[in-house]
Amino acid sequence: MRYNVFSLIKNTLSGHKNWEPAWRQPEPKKEYDIVIAGGGGHGLATAYYLAKEHGLRNIAVLEKGWLGSGNIGRNTTIIRSNYMLPGNNPFYEWSMKLWENLEQDFNFNAMVSQRGVLNLCHTDAQRDAFARRGNAMRIDGVDAELLDREAVREMYPFFDYDNARFPIKGGLLQRRGGTVRHDAVAWGFARGADSRGVDIIQHCEVKGINVENGKVAGVDTNKGFIKCKKLGLATAGNSSETAKMAGMRLPMESHVLQAFVSEGLKPYIDGVVTFGAGHFYVSQSDKGGLVFGGDIDGYNSYARRGNLPMVEHVIEAGVAMIPSLARVRVLRSWGGIMDMSMDGSPIIDKTHIQGLYLNAGWCYGGFKATPASGWCFAYTIARDEPHKLNAAYRLDRFRTGHMIDEKGQGATPNLH
Amino acid sequence: MLIPCPHCGTRPVEEFTFLGDAAPTRPTTNDPSSMEAWYEYVYLRNNPRGTIDEYAHHSGGCRAWLVVQRNTETHEVYGAVTARAFASRKEAVAKGEQA
Ligand SMILES: [Zn+2]
Repeated sequence: MRYNVFSLIKNTLSGHKNWEPAWRQPEPKKEYDIVIAGGGGHGLATAYYLAKEHGLRNIAVLEKGWLGSGNIGRNTTIIRSNYMLPGNNPFYEWSMKLWENLEQDFNFNAMVSQRGVLNLCHTDAQRDAFARRGNAMRIDGVDAELLDREAVREMYPFFDYDNARFPIKGGLLQRRGGTVRHDAVAWGFARGADSRGVDIIQHCEVKGINVENGKVAGVDTNKGFIKCKKLGLATAGNSSETAKMAGMRLPMESHVLQAFVSEGLKPYIDGVVTFGAGHFYVSQSDKGGLVFGGDIDGYNSYARRGNLPMVEHVIEAGVAMIPSLARVRVLRSWGGIMDMSMDGSPIIDKTHIQGLYLNAGWCYGGFKATPASGWCFAYTIARDEPHKLNAAYRLDRFRTGHMIDEKGQGATPNLH
Repeated sequence: MLIPCPHCGTRPVEEFTFLGDAAPTRPTTNDPSSMEAWYEYVYLRNNPRGTIDEYAHHSGGCRAWLVVQRNTETHEVYGAVTARAFASRKEAVAKGEQA
């Protein structure tokens, strides 16, 4: 059933008792053409685009928890395409274009809100770097505006412009950036995939990968063995553990990233703003809570919760940027596990095993990439070759020296 | 997390800077034939869900390099030794394997 004003009126008149479930709860079949391990945003988007763009139907998505229980429901909901390097920017801009039409495309209200993403700069050198980044974005057809201090003040008069250490000198604004309701992204892709025949199987954990003569044969799960011709791994946060099942070691570490939400406030911050002197990013949800985050805690972790020093560090950065934040109470904090790749960029590629495909290494930039990641991974699986948009996200780039090091810092697993 | 520094006693985690897994061993040659070993050392990680030995610098304390043994799933800290003691132990194990 399509959601529209007529279905809303019809269901209102019958007391909202006749809405159909948005997706089925099927038991796994014995065999699928394609199995996607991981029912998060990227896995569900992959299944959706496999069905929609490539006309494939015999597909299962296996999720060890419930649908949307991982990072798709734990992020700070920001979308943007303000990257600089050739391997990155066209990919993220394609993601932005998909976001712009996503709700019409999958007939679900994901509350895509292009409220603008503003990165603040605090030194002359940082402003020069932002000018360069803005120009690189515009060369790729992405919108970017370099704002001076007064233009930023016009938008956000309550920032600390004269902070003794980190005065605000201006900012780089991408007006098409913004926020999306993250849970609805999972639900929209799940519903769209399910309606095209994809089986979404929750509480089904992949325990082993069966490879015969260098070819994927199936997966062992807590619901039994499932045969498949192709297997796509979309288990970011846990990718190293999943890849071990196929005898692979990956160039990444798992780290915990915390996020926070405040009590509900009246309209206060209408866009997304990032502090350029520390790591802090904030937006205000439609319910009124300030949603914000900072850096990873800095040690290997699979714990989905962080420690207090990073809570203090993030809030210090926030108060340095917006002094009035000091009076806001934090309601909740939580953690998600990130695949921190060694150059800060993701992997969407084939592997040395025939029929095994890898989608991993999203660091903490995976949410904005969800549609393009699914779209490119679906292409790579369906055609058995990468699309030109994800051609740079090769698994072997670390061996061959073709890293996509957006920060220019060398091999460390703490980039994004 | 509280880290038991062998020099300073039990100290809070914010005094430490982590460098990651202490399992990879730096190759001792830069001969081109060692490229694969370098690739593995620089980039590949076991990334265990469970016990890990990791380098930690007591940057807010005695400034010694330590190796902390910790559980990545529960954040339980099992102990800490100096990086030097860890390296000698690793060398002894490697020699034992050769013999
Ligand atoms: Zn110490």
